[in-house]
Amino acid sequence: MFELLGIPPQALFGQLLLGLINGSFYAILSLGLAIIFGLLNIINFTHGAQYMMGAFVAWMLLNYLGIPYWGALIVVPIIVGATGIVLERLLISRLYHLDHLYGLLLTFGLALIITGIFRNQYGISGLPYAIPKQLAGGQNLGFMFLPNYRGWVVVVSLVVCLATWFAIEKTRLGGYLRAATENPTMVGAFGINVPRLITLTYGFGVALAAFAGVLAAPIYSVNPNMGADVIIVVFAVVVIGGMGSILGSILTGFGLGLVEGLTRVFYPEGSAVVIFVIMAIVLLVKPAGLFGREA
Amino acid sequence: MATDSEMIDVVQVDRPGAIGMPMLHKAIFIGLLLLGLVAPFMLYPIFLMKVMCFALFACAFNLLLGFGGLLSFGHAAYFGSASYISAYTAKAWGFTPELAILCGTGAAAILGLAIGSLAIRRQGIYFAMVTLAFAQMVFFFSLQAPFTGGEDGIQSVPRGYLLGLISMAPDRNLYYFVLGVVFVGLLVIYRIIHSPFGQVLKGIRDNEARMVSLGYRTSRYKLAVFVLSAALAGLAGATKAIVFQLASLTDVYWTMSGEVVLMTLLGGMGTVFGPILGAAVIVTMQNYLATFGDWVTIGQGIIFVVAVMLFREGIVGVIARIIRRPL
Amino acid sequence: MRKTGFILATLAGLLMAGTAYAQTKVKIGVMNDRSGLYSDITGEGSVVAAQLAVEDFGADKGITVEIVSADHQNKPDIGSNIARQWYDTEEVDAIADVPTSSVALAINDITREKNKVFLNSGAATSDLTGAKCSPNTIHWTYDTWQLAHGTGGAMVAAGGKTWFFLTADYAFGHALERDTAAVVKAAGGEVVGSVKTPFPGTDFSSFLLQAQSSGAQVIGLANAGGDTINSIKQASEFGITQGGQAIAGLLVFANDVHALGLDVAQGLVLTETFYWDLNDDTRKWSARFEEKTGKKPSMVQAGVYGAVLHYLKAVEAAGTKDAQAVVAKMKEMPTDDVLFGKGQVRIDGRKIHDAYLFRVKKPDQSKGEWDLYETVATIPADKAFRPLNEGGCELVK
Repeated sequence: MFELLGIPPQALFGQLLLGLINGSFYAILSLGLAIIFGLLNIINFTHGAQYMMGAFVAWMLLNYLGIPYWGALIVVPIIVGATGIVLERLLISRLYHLDHLYGLLLTFGLALIITGIFRNQYGISGLPYAIPKQLAGGQNLGFMFLPNYRGWVVVVSLVVCLATWFAIEKTRLGGYLRAATENPTMVGAFGINVPRLITLTYGFGVALAAFAGVLAAPIYSVNPNMGADVIIVVFAVVVIGGMGSILGSILTGFGLGLVEGLTRVFYPEGSAVVIFVIMAIVLLVKPAGLFGREA
Repeated sequence: MATDSEMIDVVQVDRPGAIGMPMLHKAIFIGLLLLGLVAPFMLYPIFLMKVMCFALFACAFNLLLGFGGLLSFGHAAYFGSASYISAYTAKAWGFTPELAILCGTGAAAILGLAIGSLAIRRQGIYFAMVTLAFAQMVFFFSLQAPFTGGEDGIQSVPRGYLLGLISMAPDRNLYYFVLGVVFVGLLVIYRIIHSPFGQVLKGIRDNEARMVSLGYRTSRYKLAVFVLSAALAGLAGATKAIVFQLASLTDVYWTMSGEVVLMTLLGGMGTVFGPILGAAVIVTMQNYLATFGDWVTIGQGIIFVVAVMLFREGIVGVIARIIRRPL
Repeated sequence: MRKTGFILATLAGLLMAGTAYAQTKVKIGVMNDRSGLYSDITGEGSVVAAQLAVEDFGADKGITVEIVSADHQNKPDIGSNIARQWYDTEEVDAIADVPTSSVALAINDITREKNKVFLNSGAATSDLTGAKCSPNTIHWTYDTWQLAHGTGGAMVAAGGKTWFFLTADYAFGHALERDTAAVVKAAGGEVVGSVKTPFPGTDFSSFLLQAQSSGAQVIGLANAGGDTINSIKQASEFGITQGGQAIAGLLVFANDVHALGLDVAQGLVLTETFYWDLNDDTRKWSARFEEKTGKKPSMVQAGVYGAVLHYLKAVEAAGTKDAQAVVAKMKEMPTDDVLFGKGQVRIDGRKIHDAYLFRVKKPDQSKGEWDLYETVATIPADKAFRPLNEGGCELVK
């Protein structure tokens, strides 16, 4: 039988598919980071904590209010996005006139507080969140058993990412947004309420993180550290992609998921660091990132 | 960072013509030394040594942030890897404490050179993220490399004999040795800040484009300060390993990188003495709140937010503004 | 309420304690994880278990006991800091519990240096009674050797001949895989493959797929904590147990199973040395425990009870709190408590008792929230733990 480096092609295909699933999370999270960075010029260190909040709020809605997964998918991003808006109005907005690094420090502090509170309240063992009935079970694709839920994650994150891209690149609101990114003063002069645009953008970026959190809840254990573990990888993804374009961050997210998937087959020990290694190489060759513009 | 001159709100300008150490600074250094000499008679020496190690770590970090204008979010990498090397050489090869500490410091400097030469290709926020990502690689390496002992770390590191002669086993002996190391480290940092090299650094921090146009190869200066900062952070980590007779993953984890940022921010970045105070406050807090578990994390987060929102100059920065003297 | 054996032992103790007129004060520090991964199986529950031990020991023996507690956050530097401070400045006589092997090894050293007593219940490493054994340390509840042999040996005996390991890629995971693989091979089984997973990990699907396609009868999880929970959860998602492969957890506790839910964890095979539903005594004690904590005790918490109770009896019998004398007494006196029954502490500090191979029940077999296990096999005390001469402990001559 034909084999590629000792791995049957079917098995390889299965692994690539799994890589794509992880890539979905990287893509949504780095997309949110990129949108926020584009307009606010801050790196939202709280992003991981907000992803974690997404999963937790979904769990709370289910256990305290009986709202199932499907409801959570819509309600949770709104709730967590709203908390993001409050944070932006109360705290982050006061730092725009300062160096961007203060934004990083502030959001780092916020991430510590949020993570600490959830750890204090729910411990660290993780809480169970069942896969919705409609998506239980899986398909035997011949080369692998694909749980329906994982297939759903890939599809829905692709849709969300592309919709976001479309909204930013092709709609009028997106046009304002892009213009404000380039020159906020000018856009303000045209009568657009730039501060509100900024606030809403932050809220939207946070909502994306929370959405990813809801998607993740049924597959990973819902625990307070889930965000801290993923955020650093997403940072590396963002550095690799550069923050130049929305499409760039989506492509990098999915692409690195695939690369990581391949590493898991050929050199599993290295799969945790492969993204960081790629980051080092990209920095050497193209310091602005794959899709970035030189500043 | 050409346009980011607000980064350091209180720019500590030395009075022109001031030669050597100003009287005030001299007095503070002597005061600190005296305090260090008598403190073990009043407080638990191990706790004091921890404070001193972190004070040196924070000052080393501040050299990079406060005077080089570079925010590294991965300084745990140098602190931690130095502590591993120092613990390993002391335990496996039977090195004397001062030699083990030197090895650790050297290792941190080499690591700083490797990471720094890549990281300084990016600026501002990217620089922070890149250092963080590299530190994460160091963490994974420490977790898996056989000599680090994985989760167990390197334990029961012998305190050994200083220069092969003086036993470091009694806490008092070790304490005065650590006091000496840390004090020398602080003086070195002070010297760097106030050297011509330090002046160029401040110039780059405030306006890099201007320094480039003046003919300075700024990236060399940035790399140099990065390596110095990494080496001094390593000195602190290596000393800590001898004090606690232990090198562990805690020292390379990214929360450690966050803690040192916090100490510096709280004490006052860009001040000479701020990080010492910041380290003392945070270590004390950790020590006395240890039984409350997560409240330590929450408390640190709150301090972060409050410091960023309300007093970006840090405690010592505020004092310096009130007495109108650079500290 | 107590067994007669216990009363006899207490009486004997009373007679001997006649010489110790003066009120002896004993301070025991329960140090464990109160906020992290192991806070459910240790944490405040272990403090409650220690208090129950003090209660059952009795206030009428001329010994007053004070219990203090602290959180080591699973970090060896924080743990050793607390231990030094306890021993140096707060006159703590013994430290109990201490999960997380790295912290336990650090406390082991410090306790020996300061000549105090270390009553470990929570840590897994068998080094505590092997290469790093100490005349000041008693290791009560379980260890990696016992887990590997319990699960590995019994699974092969039950027909699980071929194994595939998911191994957390750090020293602990490697050791667990190595030990278990040796047992599997010795019992006539075969290891068909293994994969090293990055630690800590969240997504194990890729590795589980590799395990699935290996066709092994048993997938051994040589990992701990969050890694184990995630891999069990995802194994159920990918329908691995339904496909006929068995999953063997090498370090899983009842509380983990409770948190995962029977739906996900059903069919999982694991070894423990204590389960609340073993017999009338354990049920009675567990009810007392549940009254105070709202949960059933874990085996680690049970071990804290056993160790503290035996320690107090030894202090009484020895008539002193001198560490060497007390530990010698603990090894000399047979142990007897309601949770672990009769047993002994060996010269290397290892407490030995029976171990059990459990299988997690299917949801429809379970009669209550905490009705989690069915017993597959009982491993007698003399077979459950590493033979004295194989540990390399210097105390064994």
